[in-house]
Amino acid sequence: MTRWLGLGALVAIALISAVVLGPAHIALGDLASSEIVRSLRVPRALLALLVGGSLGVAGASLQALVRNPLADPFLLGLSGGAGLGAVLAIALHLAGPWALPLAAFAGALGAMALVYRLGLVGGAQLDPRVLLLAGVAVGAFSGAITTAIVSLAEAADLRNAFLWLWGGLSGASWDTVLVMVVYIPLPLVVLYAAARPLDLLALGEEPATHLGADVEPLKRRVYVAASLLTAAAVAVSGVIGFVGLIVPHITRLVWGHRHRALFPAAFFGGGALLLFADTAARVTVAPRELPVGIVTALVGVPLFAVLLRRWGTRG
Amino acid sequence: MTRAAPLLSAQRVTYRYPGAPGDALHDVSLEVRPGEFHAVLGPNGSGKTTLVRVALGLLTPGAGTAELAGRPAAAWSRRDLARVVAVVAQREDNLFPQQVRETVLLGRYPHLSLWGAERPADRAAVTRALERCDAVALADRWIWTLSGGEYQRVRLARALAQEPSLLVLDEPTASLDVRHEMEMFELVRALVDRHGLAVMMITHHVNLAARFADRVLLLAAGRTAAQGAPEAVLSRETVERVFAWPVAIAPFDGRPQMIPLRQPKESA
Repeated sequence: MTRWLGLGALVAIALISAVVLGPAHIALGDLASSEIVRSLRVPRALLALLVGGSLGVAGASLQALVRNPLADPFLLGLSGGAGLGAVLAIALHLAGPWALPLAAFAGALGAMALVYRLGLVGGAQLDPRVLLLAGVAVGAFSGAITTAIVSLAEAADLRNAFLWLWGGLSGASWDTVLVMVVYIPLPLVVLYAAARPLDLLALGEEPATHLGADVEPLKRRVYVAASLLTAAAVAVSGVIGFVGLIVPHITRLVWGHRHRALFPAAFFGGGALLLFADTAARVTVAPRELPVGIVTALVGVPLFAVLLRRWGTRG
Repeated sequence: MTRAAPLLSAQRVTYRYPGAPGDALHDVSLEVRPGEFHAVLGPNGSGKTTLVRVALGLLTPGAGTAELAGRPAAAWSRRDLARVVAVVAQREDNLFPQQVRETVLLGRYPHLSLWGAERPADRAAVTRALERCDAVALADRWIWTLSGGEYQRVRLARALAQEPSLLVLDEPTASLDVRHEMEMFELVRALVDRHGLAVMMITHHVNLAARFADRVLLLAAGRTAAQGAPEAVLSRETVERVFAWPVAIAPFDGRPQMIPLRQPKESA
């Protein structure tokens, strides 16, 4: 119970600091009436919570699926596909507020379908090892095409594409928040329903089958739901790395490996981490802004190094 | 005395792996009834594990039928089946660190509803399973701190937490020393005698199978070499033919025991 209260307090602090802090100084008494707060900071904070949460849960479930605790939501090629879609939209000067997110979403779904198809090697069974390799291959391939397009693009386009690839929440609006609020419950519910059988899958596919899990449908559901979460996150905020890798690890240290507790903890932990990272991205170099993916990487890589050491010494 | 209906019934099953030149299993029959300890013996690659997979509906036989508790094996959902049959497979992974009680609780999965939490009945079943396997003292230990013999007892406890009628054990004493191997066989025999469990055990221990099992199926190259009570199956001729090694058979405690012979000097 204490740890849930602690997590709740962390999320509250993260939300409050995201709303209070920013390049424009707003007195505490004016927060409620400020247009900046109402139409920029609040939707942005909520989007950070939803995106960070989605990445946390997607990471935790994919680590269980590919049975590798070092898996990351973007390891399965989704970021490559989304990046290609986004860069194409920028290069082709597609207009409209939804052109970029939709192109990125389409690219992520394309990559997901391709990786899934490649993962179904030799028939009906989804092999997580092949899935992982297919993800790396698809990611590398779409990354090559993306770089080719970027290298031929004009300077202004290039900067836009580069910033997008490192992730950012500056496109946040009440509309994007609404889209996420409507969209993410379904994959989240699907993953939560898979929480117990995922505990079994940690023993291996055959032992999980003997304990009563339908392993093949389970793997498919988890892959599709986690990919849909990641695709939505990448569509509204670009490629934000390390949240989906680090957060499940830290929450496992506190909540254990059982996915019923792990998923909610990873959701709010991911949300809190992205909120802090985004606040730092907005405040540290104000009035300019860092891509939030740079902040999560700068914080995430050292943290990851510490976790790897722990992993090595546990024996 | 009328015998209870078999829990596991494989009738004249044949199976060939896709692309394989020959049958992995050919015309093999096996019945395991409540209160019966049935051992399956045979050299490496003789089809023992394939027989388990066919009998449990994980592989569809090319010929013959496989039934569990009177229903075709393929007709069971994995979840329903896990309440009737528990399996201790040869190997499993430990991806994430777990404590003993947690891993035994996984055995309750087929009894839990989709959204519901564990009920007191589930916790009671876990404690009962730990007691039966003499593993209560291990309940709060981490899995990676257990010895090989303790670990196998915990895995057996998880299988018992499923509250099955039939227990399938695939080489449960591989790599255990004499004491832990004997403890495992004594434990399984006690479960059969006290709780009427049906047991199908794959093992390489010819002598322990002869002393503990009620019936023995001896497989050779996917075919039945002999089947029945240990003293009928384990004759010198049959054992020498199946394992391709000279042996002597001597009775001990009324059961046949096999002693492998040294090869004569001139043929060495």
